[in-house]
Amino acid sequence: MDKPASSTGVDFVHAAKEACVTAAITFAVLLPLIGFETVSNIDNKLVLHMRWGLLFSIVAIVGVGRLLMALVIAPWLAQRRMRPVAPATSSWLSAVGRWFGPFAVGFAIVYPILVLSTSGFSGALKWVDNFGIQILIYVMLGWGLNIVVGLAGLLDLGYVAFYAVGAYSYALLAKEFGFSFWILLPLAGILSSFWGILLGFPVLRLRGDYLAIVTLAFGEIIRLVLVNFVDLTNGYAGISSIPRPSFFGIPFNADDNGFAAVFGLPFTPVYRTIFLYYLILALCFLTAFVTVRLRRLPVGRAWEALREDEIACRSLGINTTNTKLTAFSIGAMFGGFAGSFFAARQGFISPESFTFLESATVLSIVVLGGMGSQIGVAVAAIFFIGGTEIMRDLDFLKQIFGSSFDPTQYRMLLFGFGMVIIMVFRPRGLVSTRSPSIFLKERKTISSDLVNEGHG
Amino acid sequence: MARGDNLLKVEHLTMRFGGLVAVDNLSWQAREGDITALIGPNGAGKTTVFNCITGFYKPTEGRIALRHGDAAVWDELESLTERGKRHITTAGGSLFQLERMPDFLVTQQARVARTFQNIRLFAGMTLLENLLVAQHNSLMLASGYTLLGVLGFPSYRAAERAAVDVAREWLDRVGLLDRADDPAGDLPYGAQRRLEIARAMCTDPVLLCLDEPAAGLNPRESAELNELLLSIRDKYGLSILLIEHDMSVVMEISDHVIVLDYGVKISDGTPEEIRNDPKVIAAYLGVADEEVEKVEAEVGL
Ligand SMILES: Nc1ncnc2c1ncn2[C@@H]1O[C@H](COP(=O)(O)OP(=O)(O)OP(=O)(O)O)[C@@H](O)[C@H]1O
Ligand SMILES: [Mg+2]
Repeated sequence: MDKPASSTGVDFVHAAKEACVTAAITFAVLLPLIGFETVSNIDNKLVLHMRWGLLFSIVAIVGVGRLLMALVIAPWLAQRRMRPVAPATSSWLSAVGRWFGPFAVGFAIVYPILVLSTSGFSGALKWVDNFGIQILIYVMLGWGLNIVVGLAGLLDLGYVAFYAVGAYSYALLAKEFGFSFWILLPLAGILSSFWGILLGFPVLRLRGDYLAIVTLAFGEIIRLVLVNFVDLTNGYAGISSIPRPSFFGIPFNADDNGFAAVFGLPFTPVYRTIFLYYLILALCFLTAFVTVRLRRLPVGRAWEALREDEIACRSLGINTTNTKLTAFSIGAMFGGFAGSFFAARQGFISPESFTFLESATVLSIVVLGGMGSQIGVAVAAIFFIGGTEIMRDLDFLKQIFGSSFDPTQYRMLLFGFGMVIIMVFRPRGLVSTRSPSIFLKERKTISSDLVNEGHG
Repeated sequence: MARGDNLLKVEHLTMRFGGLVAVDNLSWQAREGDITALIGPNGAGKTTVFNCITGFYKPTEGRIALRHGDAAVWDELESLTERGKRHITTAGGSLFQLERMPDFLVTQQARVARTFQNIRLFAGMTLLENLLVAQHNSLMLASGYTLLGVLGFPSYRAAERAAVDVAREWLDRVGLLDRADDPAGDLPYGAQRRLEIARAMCTDPVLLCLDEPAAGLNPRESAELNELLLSIRDKYGLSILLIEHDMSVVMEISDHVIVLDYGVKISDGTPEEIRNDPKVIAAYLGVADEEVEKVEAEVGL
């Protein structure tokens, strides 16, 4: 290396030149867009206003930003890239990984008690319902979709359809026939997986982008059917007063034979919330347990092999259509469970809850978490959904930005930004290594460079 | 299973891709327990023949039949073809018409395994996992099509242990046992080739189709490969189809050689016969038959 200064060192003249050029281009582009403003004056005539102040402050921001980029960020990134991967961090990470799971499970179990003792009944309602239950629903959806996208490598953009089928199955059957939650929960799962198979048959011969497009369309079709099949689904108005689950036959209400009365407690709605929390937690554990088991069974290995190389799978005698169908239908089944829980918890559902945005959210959770990784998906769901909920609470921002400022309106912007950041620094998600399903002597994690993402 | 009877019959095989005739009215047979080599210049249609046998391509015309068990079952071939079924089973054995079967059934039922010219391993899975995926169908049965497995029935665990033992045996045989827990994508090229053969063997085949297994191997690895293939043939009584450009491999281990050029069979016989066939030399040197002697003299053969 004869001139190391040019590769990592800082070249002020060059950086300044770059910054000037960028600022000039910004000025040229923004002059008509931001510099000019037309306002109608008192005679109702249009007059041209120049907004020099705004224009120059933006140009200055861009110029200074470019300068900083060239002087500070780019050399730092270059250095980062040149540094060999430190094994120390990875062993540290794996230690965290080993203890994170049990710790998270323990925390999830004591969470409602913790909240109840720190913030009382009214606070608990918010923290357990808005945070606990809401996050766990998405953890479950994420894990369900993870089977399809993360393990089998099939890009499914219409996962919310199965969530909707589960929710409407529960709502309609519970209202019409009065079946209990415990009968309808498995039934909703079965119906969803049935729809998964029905969709899967014609669709799974498609690959990659085409599969994504068709699943996206399927999600929309289900939603439109829910909107338009008014006789059955009541259209946009949705279905209300859906029966809530009871505590093994004891309803959560203020009656004499309600939960509070039977156990001699003062009535509060918190009991139902806590019960629902443990219910969804149990469903999450079920999902996780089944997924872990499946990964060690031949189907699970075939899913991952399918993601790696479909042609090779077929050369080994694996019926790839069936294998994809099982992934699709098992993923759909967990979506259906989550959907029926959702309907039981809300007591009200409408097609509004099952838009494409929902599919996109779940898919982002899977991708951000690291495809195929259960812990990664759970962490991503906590960040994503917990973050959204926290945004609702940031009232102090109103004091800074004025009372018309609504932080929730910016959350998509912020999440887009967060996602870009994560994709830049951890392109394969938070947990990007794959852990083998079986080993002879020792379990070695597999770097994401080798693991295929699947092409549908 | 007497060695020497026909195991595979390829009759009037034609494969067209639009206007291009990749394989043209090709007929040949492979005997049981033989290493049959399929050679020819680049683009001769060798891989296409493999793809037709293993069900990846549906031939435009022709019949590909494979026998399990008794050679007497060949008498049923015409009735099988007429009835339009995929296979027929008699007391002594069964007969499969491979061109009627989808690719995965060719491996699952007719027990034909293959490797690929451009290696296709599951790079992100460990060596052991690669070999377990190859035993998918038997394990699937043992796991009660997943149901019993999810419920944790012990029968599956026993089957999995047996499958791991098979995998361990094959890893040992190809000299990769100490790397069992490494991802397949981390292996050097030669080891990947051997792993792919081991993986194909784990499907428990009667016919093993290898597409250029020696490509990219150094002379030592190539010699090891020869030994491996001979041991597979002799120890397991397996029949092997081999596409190979490396003549040292072909001449040393094959019992029977078929030469293709532009999709047509130009020669068929023992390695010795092929070596001296002027048509083969002409095809390889890219000259007309009459000029062979002249060119041979020029290149000093
Ligand atoms: N799927 C396909 N579509 C169109 N043409 C194809 C296809 N597969 C093969 N071919 C053509 O068929 C001919 C034979 O190809 P093939 O791959 O069988 O040759 P090969 O003998 O295996 O050659 P090599 O020694 O280079 O592997 C070639 O001209 C090839 O371009
Ligand atoms: Mg080829």
